[in-house]
Amino acid sequence: MKSSFKAAILFVLIAVTGYLAFYYAPIERSMGVIQKIFYLHISCAFSAFVAFGTCFYANLRYVFTREAKSDWLGVSAAEVGLAFITVVLVTGPIWAHPVWGIWWTWDARLTLTFVLGLLYLSYLLLRSMIEEPDKRALFSALFGIFAFLDVPLVYFSIRWWRTQHPQPVILGGPGSGLEPRMRVSYLLMWGALTGVLILLVSARYRLEALRASVEDLRREAEVR
Amino acid sequence: MAVLADTTVLLGKELRTEFRSRELLTTTVVFILVVVVLFSFTFDPSAGESRRFGPGLLWLSFLFAASLMLQPCFLREQNNDTLSALRLSVRDPFSIFLAKLSANTLFLLLTEVLMLPVFAILYNVHILGVFLQLVLVLFLGSLGVAIPGTAFSAISAQARMRELMLPLLLLPLLTPVLIASTEATRALLDANPVLRADWLGFLAGFDVVFLTALWLFGEYLLEE
Amino acid sequence: MTAPPFTPTGIRFANIEKRFGSLYALRRVSLEVRPGELVAFAGRNGSGKTTLLRIAARLVRASSGSLSFPGPSGETTDSASRTGFVAHATMVYDELTAEENLLLFARLQGIGDPGARAGALLGEVELSERRKSLVRTFSRGMRQRVAIARALLNEPAVLLLDEPATGLDPQGITWLAHTLSRMRVEGRTVLMSVHGESAISALATRAVRLDAGSVVADTMAGSDMRAILSFANA
Repeated sequence: MKSSFKAAILFVLIAVTGYLAFYYAPIERSMGVIQKIFYLHISCAFSAFVAFGTCFYANLRYVFTREAKSDWLGVSAAEVGLAFITVVLVTGPIWAHPVWGIWWTWDARLTLTFVLGLLYLSYLLLRSMIEEPDKRALFSALFGIFAFLDVPLVYFSIRWWRTQHPQPVILGGPGSGLEPRMRVSYLLMWGALTGVLILLVSARYRLEALRASVEDLRREAEVR
Repeated sequence: MAVLADTTVLLGKELRTEFRSRELLTTTVVFILVVVVLFSFTFDPSAGESRRFGPGLLWLSFLFAASLMLQPCFLREQNNDTLSALRLSVRDPFSIFLAKLSANTLFLLLTEVLMLPVFAILYNVHILGVFLQLVLVLFLGSLGVAIPGTAFSAISAQARMRELMLPLLLLPLLTPVLIASTEATRALLDANPVLRADWLGFLAGFDVVFLTALWLFGEYLLEE
Repeated sequence: MTAPPFTPTGIRFANIEKRFGSLYALRRVSLEVRPGELVAFAGRNGSGKTTLLRIAARLVRASSGSLSFPGPSGETTDSASRTGFVAHATMVYDELTAEENLLLFARLQGIGDPGARAGALLGEVELSERRKSLVRTFSRGMRQRVAIARALLNEPAVLLLDEPATGLDPQGITWLAHTLSRMRVEGRTVLMSVHGESAISALATRAVRLDAGSVVADTMAGSDMRAILSFANA
């Protein structure tokens, strides 16, 4: 199936879930319409975590197999994950401002997302600072492994830290006791965005593969 | 245990070279001193304010100092290709890391303990009654800085702009260490000092997680 | 000095390839070095000599192909601890004394009496008087002697040298030539890269020429060897 066709399907799916989120799911009682942004916010966050999980898998795989493919997957997943993180970090304050009256709060989940974004930004920066492909792949993979291991530690440290300080009340864990129509909208939105994630990662992966073969050809031409 | 025997020999080498020149120790002490003094101009360092902000800026200055101090750790080994000589000689490459991170922890701890009285005087906080407890916090925190710091020093030694890369790789990852160490220090500097076993336990957990990761992946960090 | 017993060991490179990214440093290098041979590698800078030696020392991982260390009758031996390596860099610490350097590596290699071994080697490389001086204060030639002494600590069955004559004074070259010929007599295997003809390359029993990562000439005949070695800088 051509990727433009897949993209068209995903576009329709997102339009449908958007419609569902706005017109099918009921309006949340305490927050009102602004709660609708959560369908995008939370689904993007989940997709970003899936992307970084994929990156971690690719990093581990690279260290043990040394196949360039794993390296391509790692960088693709990290870049796309970072794009999703950006959406999360933009929609978070948009939601927080009307509800809490402040743009940013050091809530555990939001802060974790931020730190995660920083870690994977460093991962991409590191890649741009090592010339030789094999070294770049190996050392960025090792950094990626360390960074991913840090995720639960960051989360728990921030959670314990915040519970000692006053903070705005956040909605009960998403998914817990959700209205059925809301649940359907959440799940569909997440499904659609995961589709976007897969599409983007595979496109980025093909680009990286293409770059590698261009590099090969360029070097071949130089040798002759 | 071959690893421990090699580690002891290598630790002896690290300590001997450092105490012969004292380059790292002196520059780090001066760096922390400068930061601690400069920070005191950013707020009114009365006892109450210092208890609120002091621990955080103390740890922040330790973290920045460490990210500079750890820089030459593997770079030094590149000068004469001595890292290759070590790799050819040791029975388990983990001993190279174990020796280096022990030395780095010791250097950090030394400079921190040296700076504690200066901090106490400048910021008007009492440390005499809780000195040993503070050293315990400093030890667990410094270990948490030194373990990933030593690993990343091997990574940044391979990159361009390595002086900037190490802080960029290391500091976001150290978020949990910063939070836990700051909270534990704050509790000890309080008017009613408490030893926060939960944060100390958390720091110990952090140390164990990354020590295990280093044990598993250390040999790949040394590849050329 | 009585050498501890060692198993004569050769080296077998089978289809060794090394790519740096997509740049080939070595292309399908296959070479069988029998125990006791003294092989000189010639070739331009960047022809792959250094990479081949570093792969033999297991410092660099080959992209593909295999490396093994066959014994006298062809069986594979585990000679991991019995190789010595002299690189371009000295591989010793400038901030330590000559003696401290040798003691450090002798201890790491688990050598029985590190002090005695280090002392004996320092005598051999004629640095006994300067053994308490920091390597930083040494001349290039003296550093190279410490470097070679370090590689000999474990009495290697296979010795790998990357342009060992670099920086050595005439006296040092004589000493190195003497050491290498003694190793040949003892049945140890030596692989070295050379830069032009010298008293060192004259000891070789076999000459191999590398060009752009491939073996282009390999001979044991005296006249051909001279041609390969003198051609080194061409």
